[in-house]
Order: sequence, then C-alpha cells, then structure tokens
Amino acid sequence: MGLSLSKDRVVEFVTKWEFLLVLIFIFVIILNSTLSPYFLNVDNILDTTFNFTEKAIIALTMMFIIICADIDLSVASIIAMASVFMGYASEVHGVQTSGLIMIAILTGIGAGFLNGIIITKLDIPAIGVTIGTMSLYRGIAYVILGDKAYTKYPKSFAYFGQGYIGSSPIPFEFIVFIFFAIIFGVLLHKTTFGRKVYAIGNNRIGAKFSGIKVDRIRLILFTLNGLLSGIAAILLTSRIGSTRPYIANGWELDIITTVVLGGVSISGGSGNVFGVIIAIFLLGFLRFGMGLLNVPGIEMNIITGFLLIIAIMFPNFLNNIKERMLKRETY
Amino acid sequence: MLKLLKKKDFILFLFIVFVSLIISLRYPRFLTLSNLGDIFKDTVILIIVAIGQMMVIITAGIDLSVASGIALTGMSVGLLNQHYPGIPIPLIILISMLIGGALGSFNGLLIAYAFIPPIIMTLGTMSIYRGFVFVLSGGTWVSAHEMTDGFKAISGGHVLGIPNLFIFAAIIIALFAFFLNKTKTGREIYAIGGNELGAKYVGVNVKKIKYYVYLLSGVIYGLAGLLWVSRYASAQNDTAMGFELQTVAACVIGGVSIMGGSGSVTGVILGALFLGIVYNALTVTNVSPFWRMAIAGFLILIAIIVNTIAKKRTQYMMIKRRVF
Repeated sequence: MGLSLSKDRVVEFVTKWEFLLVLIFIFVIILNSTLSPYFLNVDNILDTTFNFTEKAIIALTMMFIIICADIDLSVASIIAMASVFMGYASEVHGVQTSGLIMIAILTGIGAGFLNGIIITKLDIPAIGVTIGTMSLYRGIAYVILGDKAYTKYPKSFAYFGQGYIGSSPIPFEFIVFIFFAIIFGVLLHKTTFGRKVYAIGNNRIGAKFSGIKVDRIRLILFTLNGLLSGIAAILLTSRIGSTRPYIANGWELDIITTVVLGGVSISGGSGNVFGVIIAIFLLGFLRFGMGLLNVPGIEMNIITGFLLIIAIMFPNFLNNIKERMLKRETY
Repeated sequence: MLKLLKKKDFILFLFIVFVSLIISLRYPRFLTLSNLGDIFKDTVILIIVAIGQMMVIITAGIDLSVASGIALTGMSVGLLNQHYPGIPIPLIILISMLIGGALGSFNGLLIAYAFIPPIIMTLGTMSIYRGFVFVLSGGTWVSAHEMTDGFKAISGGHVLGIPNLFIFAAIIIALFAFFLNKTKTGREIYAIGGNELGAKYVGVNVKKIKYYVYLLSGVIYGLAGLLWVSRYASAQNDTAMGFELQTVAACVIGGVSIMGGSGSVTGVILGALFLGIVYNALTVTNVSPFWRMAIAGFLILIAIIVNTIAKKRTQYMMIKRRVF
C-alpha cells in the first residue's frame, strides 16, 4: 500500500509540467554549453538577461490575466505609446528623468484601465477589445511620431536599461524583474486575491455567486498589466536609447507564448509563477544559445513556434500516460 | 422596409452610404465610378480572406496565421513563376490553393484532433509560416520583372471588361454564401459555434467540421496569397504583415460574434468595404497615412461596442417577450 502510494506520487511528480520544463531547461543549457564555449560564462549569462527582462516583467501580470481566462493583446502597443510620450516630453519639452518615469507609468495605468473598463463595464470579450486597443495605442504612437525617431533622452535616464548594480555584473533591469517576480508570486500564491483569480478563471459565474467581485478584480488586473507595460517601456526605451513607433512590435505574442509555455492554461484557472519563470529563462537562454551559434532570428521564430505548439500538446499526452499508469496500479 | 431596417447588415450598409456621402461632400472625386472601382479592387483580397476568417470565428475559433499563410503561399508561387515560367496559370492557381490548404490543414488537424486552443495553434503557425517565408526566399524578394505577364494578369487582367479580381471575388462570395446557408455542413458550422456540446449530442461530427473550417480558411488564403503577389507584382518577406488583424476587424465590424455562432457573408463584405472606404478616404483626403492605424483601432472598438449593445438589447427583448 505504502509502495503504491509512493508510486502515485512519483508518477504525479514526474508528469508535472514544471518538472519537464526544468528538464528541458537543463537540456538546453547542456546542449548550448557543449556547442559553444562562450555560453557558460557568468558575465555573458547575466548580460543576456537584458534581451528578455522587459518581456519577462509583463509576462508576470499577463500570467494573472490568462489565469483569469482573459487575454491582453495590447501590451506591446502600450509600450510603444508610453515610449513615444516619453520621447515627446523629453525632446520637445525637455522633461527630466523623474518626469519621464511618471509619464510612462501614468500612460500604462491609463491604457490598462481603459482596456479593463471597456471589458468589464460593457461585458465584451477581452480578445475583441484588446485587438482594437492594440491598433489604437500603436496608432497614436504613429500619429505623434510618424516615421521619425526620438533620440534625445537625459543622461541619467540611461541607467534604467543599461546600468548595473554598483560594480557587480548584475543588471539593474534584472533586479527590477526579481522584485516584481517576488511581489506577484506572493500575490498569486499566498493571498486571497490570488485564490480569487484562480476561482474566476475556473468558473466566472460561480465565483460571482460566491461573492467575489469578479469585475473589480479583472479591472485591477488589466490596470496592473498596463502599469507593468509602462515600466517595461521605461526599461526598453532607456536600454535602446531611442523611440520609433514600431518599438516592441509583436511582443504581445512572445509574452503570451512565454506564459503558455510556463504551463498556464489558455482557458484559465491553472498555472503557477514558477512555471512561468522557468519558461522565461528557457526561452531567453534558447535564443541566446542560438544567437551564439549564428542562427538567424527568423529561424528562431520557427523553433519558438513549434515549441509553443508542442508545449500545449504535451500535457494532454502526459495526462493520457498518467491515467494509464495509475489505472494499471489499481488492477 | 421596417423588417429590412431591423437587420444589422442593413444598418451597417446605411452607415457606409452615410459616411461615403459625407466624404464626397468635401471631396467630390471620392464618389466617382473609377474611385469606387479602385476601392473595391483594394478590398477584394480582404473580403475573401475575411470570409474564411468568419467561418473560423463562427466556430468560436480564430485564425491568426492568415497573413503569414498569404506571405508563404505568395512567395512560393512567386518563386515558382520565376524559376519555371512555363507552368500554365490555371495550374498555378490550383497550386496556390493546395499550398494554402496544406497550411490550413496543419492548423485544423492539431486544433480539431489534438485539442490545441485555436489562438495558441495559429499564433504558433503565424511565426512558423512567416519564418518559412524567409527560409524559402533567403531574405530576397521576387520583383515585377521576374514574373511573367500571364502571372501578373491573374489579378491585373480583365475578362470581357470585368477585372479578374471581381470575378474571383464573385465566385468565392457566391460559393461560400451558398455553402454556409444552404448546405448541411454549412449549418453545422453555425451549430458548433452556438453550442458545441449540444451540436455533438445531436450528431454533428464536431472534430471533422472544425478541421474543414481551418482547411477552407487555408485554401482561401492560399488563393489570396497568389492574388496579392500578382496584384502588387512583388513577393516580399513582409507581405501582408498585420493583415490577420484586419480580417478579424472586418468580421467584427460586420457583426460576427467573436464568441462564435453568428455572422453572415453579407455582413463581412460590408465590414471589409467599410475598412476599405475609410482607408481610401484617408488617402484621397491627404490625411497622413500614420493616422490609419489609430483610426482603424478606434473603429474596431466602436464596432465591437455597438454590436455588443445591440445584441444585449435583442436578448433583453426576447426575454421580455417570453415573460409577457
């Protein structure tokens, strides 16, 4: 009996999505470090986090939204709009760093709140609304900037995206990500707010009838997602030091891919922060490794696309195996 | 007349007429026959791809791979024409539909039989197909002088004075209006979107229908890829970038419910024409092209909001009628 119990648990553990992600992650690291001598180098690895930290930050709140059975396609456009507003303020009105940060944060909150209010007050599916605001927000960026670029930012502004903590090789951006990862991890797993998000994702009507203020929580989540998109806009603009209207083009899909690869079900109700964090690093290191091997970016997209599809197929497949193994045990 | 007015499509039609009149008040050239013809020519590809997209959305799915599919088919037939100019045009048309069908099939198989959510599957194939465009072309493009005249005439030519594009549009519109309204399979598509479980219990082969819907969407965007490359006489790596959202927008403006179960070919045609008219008006009135995206986004939002409110009112009326 005790044996069968432990076997159940082993089966349970081995077929867990996070366990598999870790295995794939280790495989990627081993593969990369055998293929390229430059991969296993602390400075290199820390520097490569620059390439995915901004996306990773938004993935944290996108995780909440997808667990809630919603989706937000407008995040990359919010980055573009916030970045253009900052560029405009800096170049035309000479606003200083602290002002620029305020602008980006307020733009993010405003855009996210507008998404949330249309979705919840008018009861329209999030995918429809955010497809609209996706082109509205980026459209505003194009209207203001046209085909030009903003490049004049205050000197102190460059620290957010390019600076390191003291004289250590740890990027400032990365610390920002760790900070938010802890906050949102605790929020999701250790608070009633987090439990309510799962409840809404599993059964929205049921959650409503058990007294959860569903629409208020969804509104908060969309606003938070906007806020983090605004913060990502600060980091990204500071890192590349210029703004064009097509900045962060297509990022919404990368971010959703990361979240889904991290084991969050697109139909809502399940997933956890560890899976998402592993997926962030998995994708980041995969791209870094392929970059070292001179794989063109567009071919990386093919691989990421297949990875996404396989990642979704796999849990179904695993569940089948799990059921079969557990069934055999009972006979 | 009153019955006609109650129809959603007719209201959209009136709205389009109204917008056109206002534009032509300031720019009389707008309502000339040649300009209207140009608008329609520019919109044909959007109309036919949006019809495929509509079928997918009716089953409560979405196909985000259409733009990449257009680019991949366009590049394939473009290269084919460049290297083997001897291949007859009808065969090229068939090949484009076969390639599109294969791409759509891949989506359909995994969505219907491996239960991958449509948005994830087509997001994945969106990057995969776009990636293969680059792999196929090696980053270069096929330009006008590398294509045969016959190839360019597929979209540019005329038959008995009627532009070929119109003929393609007419055939596809007629075929799909008939298919969706008059055939059993067509009605089953609506049944799945309305209530998938219910449809299954009354004996609809849900998996097969879902597969067909993505397959057909693929066949349509395959043909559209050929028309696109032939019309603009160049096959590029970023062909149709962002077009998937325009097709979704045309559907949503045309009253297709994003939750599935409702939508009509007429509505989608009007939705696509509306977008075409707005884009054309922005061009002829010399508004900077940078306004396009913002205005399109704004219109999509308004259309979704109006559609939702209208739908809620009908539901409310139905409940009221039942009570009294």
